[in-house]
Amino acid sequence: MQVIDLRGVSCPTNFVKAKLALEELDNGTVARILLDDGEPVKNVPRSLKADGHRLIGLKQVDEGHYVLELEKIDA
Amino acid sequence: MADVKQTKVDLNNLKAGGFIKERGKDLFTVRLRVPGGRMSVPRLKKIAEVAEKFGGEFVHLSVRQSIELININFKDFDAVVEELGEATQKVASCGARVRVPVACGGCEYNPNGLVDTQKSALEVDEKLFGTPTGHHKFKVAFAGCPFDCPKSATNDIGFQGAIYPTLDTDACIGCGLCAKSCVPGAIVMGDDNRPIFSDAPCIWCGDCVKVCPTGAWSEAKRGYTVRIGGKWGRNPLVGTLFATFLPEERVAEFIATVLEWYKEKAEGFGRVRLGDTIIREGAQALLDHLQGRFPGYTVTATIAPQVIATQVGSSR
Ligand code: HEM
Ligand code: SF4
Ligand code: SF4
Ligand code: SF4
Repeated sequence: MQVIDLRGVSCPTNFVKAKLALEELDNGTVARILLDDGEPVKNVPRSLKADGHRLIGLKQVDEGHYVLELEKIDA
Repeated sequence: MADVKQTKVDLNNLKAGGFIKERGKDLFTVRLRVPGGRMSVPRLKKIAEVAEKFGGEFVHLSVRQSIELININFKDFDAVVEELGEATQKVASCGARVRVPVACGGCEYNPNGLVDTQKSALEVDEKLFGTPTGHHKFKVAFAGCPFDCPKSATNDIGFQGAIYPTLDTDACIGCGLCAKSCVPGAIVMGDDNRPIFSDAPCIWCGDCVKVCPTGAWSEAKRGYTVRIGGKWGRNPLVGTLFATFLPEERVAEFIATVLEWYKEKAEGFGRVRLGDTIIREGAQALLDHLQGRFPGYTVTATIAPQVIATQVGSSR
C-alpha cells in the first residue's frame, strides 16, 4: 500500500504535496494519505475528490491523525 | 464696474445628497456610490485623478464601503461630477433615503460565501438607491453566510446567505467530519456510524456541505435569512427574524414591501427609524404585511427589534 504521510504539513502545502505524490501513481492505485486533524482533514479530502479521485474511506486513528484511503483516478 | 463672476452649480446634483459640508469655508466632502464595496480598477484610477485635481491630500474609506473625496470646493461640484461620470462613478446619498447597500465579497472567490451578495447589492442599488423614505435613513446589508462579517442585523434590513442541508446516506463513508465541523451541534454520529441531523440547532451555515469529502451532504434550499429593524448610533437595535430562505431574485421586491409599510406607519411621527416604528406598531403588524406577499418565506411569529444597552445616558 502506497502511503503518503502529510502529518505536520499545513494547508495548502499538504494538498499540493498530495497532488504531486498522486501524479507518480498508476491509474486505479489505492493510496493511504495521513492527515492531521483540524484544517488539513477538512480541506484536503474534498479537494482531492474535486480533482477526480475516488474516496474510499476516512478514519481517525488512535494517535489522533486521519487516514484517507483513496483510489487514484487519472484526470 | 467690478468684475463679479457668478458661480454656477447645478443644484440637481445636490438633491440626493452625498455632498457634505466640512468645517472649512466652501469645502465639502463628496461621498461616492460604491455598492457592495466593489470598485473596478479603471474607476479607482479615475477617482484618484479627480481627487488629485480637486481634492485634498487623501481620500477617506468610509465605514460603509464608500470612498469619500475630501476638501472639494463647492465651485468644482459640476466638474467633479462630470469627470467622475467619465468612469461611470456616481455620487452617493445622505438624508432620509435608501442608502448604498453594503456587502461582503460573497461567493465568487470567497470560500465561505453561500450566495452572490455582490449581485444582490448591485440590484438593490440600481432599483432602490436614493428612494426617499419620508422619515429617516434606510440601510441594507448583505452577508454571504451566517458568519456575518458585515453585521447585517444592525441595518434596517439585513440579509444573510443560508443553505438548508440534506443528507444522502448512501454516499456517506462514515468519517465523522460533518459532526465534528458542525459548531452548533446539529449533527451527531449514530451507532451505525452515519450522521443524525436535528433541525432546531442548525443555523444553515453549510459547513457540513463544505466539509463532507464525498458530497453526501448537499443543499436542499438556498436563500437569505432576513432580519429587520436594526440600526446603530446613539440607541442601537438589533434587527429580528422575518423571513428565511428568501430567494435572491425576490430581495428588491421584499425591501420595497417593507418600505411601503414604513412610509405609511411612520407618518406623523417625525424623524423615526424603521426599528422604532416596529417597536411602536408591534412586530406582528409588519409580519402581517409581509406574509401575504411572501408566503413560504416569512416566519410564523417573531419579536420586536432588540434594544442594546449602551450604559450611557438614560440607560446608565
Ligand atoms: C474562516 C472564516 C472566515 C473568513 C474566511 C472570513 C472572511 C472575512 C472577510 C473576507 C471579511 C471582509 C468582508 C468585507 O469587508 O467584504 C471579514 C470581515 C469580518 N469578519 Fe470574517 N471571516 C470568517 C469568519 C468570521 C467569524 C467566525 C466572525 C465572527 C465571529 C467574523 C467576523 C468578522 C467581522 C466582524 C468582520 C468585519 C470587520 C470590520 O468591521 O472591518 N468573521 N471576514
Ligand atoms: S459573511 Fe461569510 S461570506 Fe461574507 S466575508 Fe464573512 S465569512 Fe465570507
Ligand atoms: S448547516 Fe451548519 S449548523 Fe446546519 S448542520 Fe450543517 S454545519 Fe451544522
Ligand atoms: S462528512 Fe460526509 S462522509 Fe463524512 S460522516 Fe459526514 S456525511 Fe458521512
